[in-house]
This record gives sequence, C-alpha cells and structure tokens, in this order.
Amino acid sequence: MSTKLIDLQHITKSFDGQVVLDDLNLYIRENEFLTLLGPSGCGKTTTLRILGGFEKPDTGRVIFDGKDITDLAPNKRQLNTVFQKYALFTHMTIAENIAFGLRIRKKSEAYIRDKVSYALKLVNLDGYENRMPDSLSGGQQQRIAIARAIVNEPKVLLLDEPLGALDLKLRQDMQYELIRLKNELGITFIYVTHDQEEALTMSDTIVVMNQGYIQQIGTPEDIYNEPQNAFVADFIGDSNIIDATMIQDRLVSIQGVRFACVDTGFGTDRPVDVVIRPEDLKLREIPEDAGEGSDAYEEALNRVRKINPGYLTGTVSHLIFKGVHYEMEVQSGGYDWLVHSTKMYPVGTKVFMSVDPFDIQIMHKPESEDEQAVGVEDI
Amino acid sequence: MKKHSPLLSGPYLVWTAAFIVIPLLMIVFYGLTDKNGAFTWENVASMGTPERMKALVLSLILSLTATAICLVMAYPLALILTNMKIGATAFITSIFIIPMWMNSLLRILAWQTLLERNGVINQFLEALHLPKQYLLNTPYAIAIGMIYDFLPFMLLPIYNALEKIDQNVLDAAYDLGANKLQTFWKVIFPLTIPGMISGIIMVFVPALTTFVISDFLGGSKVLLIGNVIEQQFTQVGDWNVGSGLSLVLMIFILISMALMQHYDKGGETAGLI
Amino acid sequence: MKKVFSRLYLFIIFIFLYAPIAVLIVLSFNDSRTRAKWGGFTLRWYAAMFRNETIMDALRNTLLIAVLSALIATLLGLTAALSLNRMKQRKRTFVMGIINIPMLNAEIVTGISLMLIFIALGQFLSRWGYMVEFGFGTVLIGHITFNLPYTVLLILPKLRQINTSTYEAALDLGASRFLAFRKVILPDIMSGIVSGFMMAFTLSLDDFVITHFTKGPGFDTLSTKIYTEVRKGIKPEMYALSTLMFVTILLLLLLSGVRGNKEKATVNSSKRRQAV
Repeated sequence: MSTKLIDLQHITKSFDGQVVLDDLNLYIRENEFLTLLGPSGCGKTTTLRILGGFEKPDTGRVIFDGKDITDLAPNKRQLNTVFQKYALFTHMTIAENIAFGLRIRKKSEAYIRDKVSYALKLVNLDGYENRMPDSLSGGQQQRIAIARAIVNEPKVLLLDEPLGALDLKLRQDMQYELIRLKNELGITFIYVTHDQEEALTMSDTIVVMNQGYIQQIGTPEDIYNEPQNAFVADFIGDSNIIDATMIQDRLVSIQGVRFACVDTGFGTDRPVDVVIRPEDLKLREIPEDAGEGSDAYEEALNRVRKINPGYLTGTVSHLIFKGVHYEMEVQSGGYDWLVHSTKMYPVGTKVFMSVDPFDIQIMHKPESEDEQAVGVEDI
Repeated sequence: MKKHSPLLSGPYLVWTAAFIVIPLLMIVFYGLTDKNGAFTWENVASMGTPERMKALVLSLILSLTATAICLVMAYPLALILTNMKIGATAFITSIFIIPMWMNSLLRILAWQTLLERNGVINQFLEALHLPKQYLLNTPYAIAIGMIYDFLPFMLLPIYNALEKIDQNVLDAAYDLGANKLQTFWKVIFPLTIPGMISGIIMVFVPALTTFVISDFLGGSKVLLIGNVIEQQFTQVGDWNVGSGLSLVLMIFILISMALMQHYDKGGETAGLI
Repeated sequence: MKKVFSRLYLFIIFIFLYAPIAVLIVLSFNDSRTRAKWGGFTLRWYAAMFRNETIMDALRNTLLIAVLSALIATLLGLTAALSLNRMKQRKRTFVMGIINIPMLNAEIVTGISLMLIFIALGQFLSRWGYMVEFGFGTVLIGHITFNLPYTVLLILPKLRQINTSTYEAALDLGASRFLAFRKVILPDIMSGIVSGFMMAFTLSLDDFVITHFTKGPGFDTLSTKIYTEVRKGIKPEMYALSTLMFVTILLLLLLSGVRGNKEKATVNSSKRRQAV
C-alpha cells in the first residue's frame, strides 16, 4: 500500500454542456480497495468509465503505472471491469464467457481450461462450465462477471455498482466474498456505489463525491467520524446536523447551551455546523416525581454532567424498535434530535440529553448557499 | 385470476377452427384425393413433371438468391441505422414503411418502366455511355422485384436484434481485450443470428411462393411454382392437382418454419412486426 | 471516410426503394395513354378518376373491406389476447401457433385454402337451398383471418406487461369487472389496440393474393383491378388514385408522427427525471 498506481490529473468531463466532472484529482495506490461513493449523477460512474477507457476526459490525464493512458483504447488497458448489469454474453456458455479475454489473447487451450476452472472455484461456482448465463440467478451471474474479469489477471478491477441488482441478503454475502477475493488476488479494486453501508464495510479508502467534485477522501472511520462537511455527514449514516456557534477553542454553544468539545482552530464566536451521530447522544430520565432539587434529581444531573458540562432537556416524541436498538426522537429547543439507544424511553418521557466532547464534530459552514442547496437536493 | 369466459374465448376459437385449421385440412384432403374422392398420391407426384420441376427449381434458385442478397444488403444497412442512434427509429419507420403505403402491385409494375428496353435505367446507362441491359422478362428482373419487395422484411428483424444489444455487453468485450472486428464477429454477429433467421424466413417464404412478381416482371416467359399453382385454380380448374402441388410447397415452408422455431427461442414475435 | 461510405450506402438504398414510387407519381401526371413515353404534364387523370365508376367502386370496396376487417380483426384479436393471457404457457404457445399460421404461411396457400372452404361450404349449404356467393363477404372473412395474428401479436405483449394486481385492486375497491377492465386494463393496452388496427388496415388495403382467391367475378378491390388491367395496360387514373392515397396517408402519418414524437419526448424526460 504505497506507490501510486493510478493518477487522475485535472480530469474534466461534460455531456451536452453539463459538467459531470470538474477538475478532478485523485490517485489510487497499489492493492487498495478504493470506493467512489455518492448519489446518482455525482460523477462516480463517469470517473470509472474514464479509467476503463469508455469515455475520454475533455481535459486532464490518466496516468497508469507511470504511463499516460488517456488515449489508450479499452482493449489495450490492464484494467478489467465488472459491469452493473453483469453484461454477460448470453450466446455463450459460462466457460466461453470466462475464456473470452484469454481467447482474444490467444492463450493455449490447456492454459484456458486451467484458468477457467480456477476462476470458477474462486467464485464458488465450479461445475457451471456448460450452463448458459440466462439459467443462472442474479448473484451467480455477477460472480461469473467477476470471474470473467479476474481471469485476465488485471492489475486493477473496476466494479460499477456490481451488487446493485441483488437483494439485501445476497448483497451482504457478496460483500464478504469481494473482500475475500481482493485479499486472495492481491490486486487493486476500484468500486463504485451509492450505498454508504457497502462502502464502509469493504473499503480501505472512500472517496465521497457530489456534483462532480470530491467532497472527502479518507478511511471509512475518518469519513464516518469526522465528516468534513454537511453533505458528507448527511450522506454517510444518520446524523443530527445543527447550527451552532463556536465560542472559542474546545467550547461550542448549541441551542444556547455551552458544550465542551475537542475541536480547535475555528476562531471565536463563529457560526458552525455541528454533527452528532444518533448513537452518541446519551439520555437519562428526569426523575419528575422527586422534583427539582431532590436527591434523585441531583444525582441524575450529576451523572449527565460527568459526560459533558453542557446538557439539554427534552421530551421523547417518537419511538421505534429497530432490533439492535431503539430509535427515538427527542424534542428539544424546537429541534427533533435523532437518538439511538439500547435503552427504551417511552414517548412522553422527559430526559436529560448529553454527548461526549469527542463525539461532537464541528464543521465549517458552507461558503455559499449554492453549495448547501446542492447537498440537500441530491439525497 | 378470473375464470375462463366462453364468451371471450368462443368467437376467436371458432374462427381459427373454421378459417385456419379446416381450410388447411381441405388442402390436404383435395391434395390426396382424385376427382371421385379416392385416395391418391398422384397430385403430389405430378410435381415431378419436367415443366413443374423446372418452375420449382427456378423458384428455389431465385428465392434463395433474393434472400441471400437481401441479407447482404440489409445487414450493413441495419448496422448503419443502429449506429445513427438518435431518431433512428423514427427515421427507419419513415424510410422503410412509407413505400408500403403505395399499392404493392403498382410498385412492382413500376419496375417494368424502370427495367424495360427504353426504360429509365437504360436511358440513364445510355447517358453514361454504358451498355444497355435487357433485364425485363428475364429471371433477373424477377429477382430484382423480390429483393425490392421483401428487403424491409429482412431489415426490420436484424435492426431490432441489433437495437436490443446492450452497450455494456459491447463495452465488456472491449474491456476484455477484443478490438472492433473481434467484437463484431464474436459478440454482435452471433447475437443477431435469431434476427437473421427471422429475416430469412420472412423473405424466403413469400419469394418462393410469389406469382405476382413473376407475372409482372417475367412476362409470360418465366413461370414460377406460384404461377403453376395459381393457374391450376384460376385457369385449369383442377383443385386436386393444385392442392397436391400446394402440399409440396408447404413442405418447404414447414422446413423453414421448423428452422425458425429452432433458432428463435427468444420471443414470440422476433421482430416480425 | 466511414461516414461517407455509410451515407452513400443509405442514399443508394433510398434510391432503390423510392425510384418505383417516383415513377408512379410521374406517370400520374403524364399526358399520354401509354406509360412508355412522356406526353407532357397534365392533371386530367386526377379529374378523370372520380368519373371512372369501376375505379370508384374498387376504391369503395377496398376501403370498406379494410376498415371492417381491421375493426373485426381487432375486436377478435382483443378477445383472443385476453383469453390467451390467462392460459398456461404451453396451451398459449399451441393456440398462438395456430393463430400465427396465416402470417407465416405462404399467402397463396392461405388464399387457396380459404377458397376451398368457401366452395365446400357452398356445396354443404346448397342442400338446403342456400349458397355462398364469392364477393364482399368471402373477401372480408379472408382479410379478417390474415389480420388476426397481427392484432393478437400487438395487443398480447401490452396485456402481459400489466400488473394483474392493479386490476384486482380495482375489483377490491368495488368496481365491476367491466368497469375495472375499462378503467384499468383498457388504457394500458390502448396503444397495442390502435397499432393493431392500423397494421390490419394497412395490410388489408394492400392485399392482393387473398382477395384474388376469395373474390368472385364482378367484385374488385384496387389491387385485383390493377392485376386484371395489367395485360391491357393500366389506366392512368389508377396512378393518379394511388398517388393521391399515398400522399394522403403520408400526410396523416406525418401529422400523427409529430404528435407521437412529442409524447415520446415527454415520456423520456419523465423517465430521466425518475432516474435522477
């Protein structure tokens, strides 16, 4: 995981006057599982098609292994693609499908036979050599598409939403299968998806894209825990994004209440966005019977203050059981906070609400209204 | 699901029985009996007379030639039209359907004017100082008429088959290292075989059995098997022999239909319409 | 270079397809009784055709047969499609195979077979003093028969696309079967019905072979009239009439085409909107 294998430099691409990619710069390291993540129309598939050679960028270069391949035809590139809807050759048997690239390269029949059976074993479909693609399920067809690509020993495998057409259970199985394949083959995977969960599960690196721009590049943990802007925060997982004021380093005012946080360098008294993941919000029931000032009340308050000197009070307004946890909405200061907790608080319960300083993520406000509008519209 | 209503299925089932199934059985009956209704193979065997064999062989040669030329003409045409993409479907309907709105008999007849001794084509050739061609009333004229009349039947199924090919499948072929030519022969061509088979049947059957084209463009000099059968019914008045000959013709049609059934597993229409 | 070749090729095919039509149109303006020579421009054939009673008769027959056969074939095809849609795969394939015979079989065989059944029917009925007269009725039956597969083939796929639960939902919401059919099924298959009718009309209008074998003496459509006239020489009025029909249909086609394209454009853009 060190050297730059692919380098995309200043890539711009538009269709019918509509800019799809605007000055995109991205490098991909060897053996990396890199995911291009974003809503439809964000430019992720176009990026992949430029890598595969199916589209030519209007400007910019594609450097592969130190060589400029921008103008190289797809059939001359050391990359292979797994297409969204499999794109199997329906007039050929499974074995012929997999052998296609090897036949083009005029490999010996013995070599082809070995390779085909190896590839089928790798995707757990040995014995399917003489079946026709139409007789296979969607998941099986997708495995064949993968086998057909990897049999050519590409340095990079491009995958264009390969699991999009499969149902949930199958998709999860295939995710593990892909990770296993990547580890066994030791090659670079570039994966396109709009499914944030898929991206978080599989990737070494995630590139979040929107409207032709890269929003954030980072490990799954980085992207989830420290989203750099409201778009990323909103696109990855559930989150509470609220207006706040950065009073000074390590102190932020949310709904007029001062919370300790860990972020610095945002200046003083500056409006910011705050992201708090629903599972990071801690609740504690307010013992109403005891009343304010009573021992029980004070004890509860002390416990909450231990988490963070700042706290909010609110009322549970919605409750849904989600299996592993309860999902609740807590009304406080005119905002409905999304809270995940393993403990249930019935609707109507009055609660204290707090959050660990480490779990408060401060973000700069978007510079223009335009940028903000973009993020909201696309989700 | 609703129950079958006899009111719904009744009329068309009666119709198919009365005007499709029974009439065909009538041909079989007449074809295999003599004037007194006794069983005989003679009507069928009468195809063997030299004059009729000559007509049958000529029909086969001309219809197969016309089919082959239609295929060779239509395939590149379909490729060109598919590659034009935008508006091609509207274009193709306009260009190939519009001629059909002119009476087909007149359209074939117009080839007389084009092909005759001092016809349009010869005047054109003369102007270019090229040798004149005397095609009218020869088998060549009949072949031209067949190609002209049936070309759309070849074009449309091939065009539909090409249209149906997913661009991703072609991209996959390039991606796996195939160049344009390899992609054509290994992917595009095999995927259009069902379309070609439909086209071949759609051209071959009417070409084999036509009597109008040979009537108009072959003069009375060239007889095809269609003319022989037609004359049995309208001039000679011998339905038994006519039916017997039709039975022979139907064998050829059945063979081609069986081929079609074999290759065209995909759809019920296969781009016939 | 490749583009030049393909344009050239398209052009040649275009000439090949349209040269005969150009010839016919020119002949309709030719002021000479024979088609062999050009006698100057005239419109008189266009005037003369309306006075030519046999041509007008043939035109009336042609149009009447086309409209009626298309109408009946569409209705019959609709009932057939509805009932085929509810059949099991195997039975459907079998019945479809039979309905398709007139489409796949040689026209001459279909024509002869119909002629034979009408003769047989005539002989059968003559025992009770009835007779089958070859003419309008027999031709109409013939046309309906060969139109039927086309209407079924155009309606059935539309029917198969329909989600049956929408129909059941309509019943569930209290609609009668007829109302549910009219409000839920019919709008979805209307395009198939219309194109089925148009296809049948076109085929019937242009048919010669089936008419040739099922008509009797004294009854003619335009096609059979042309066929009998060929040896004596086609009357120039016929060119004029065909040109007029051709141009009329072309104009209708263009008008409906413009509307059709507009519809298609809105459908496409709404589809794109969904995708985004």
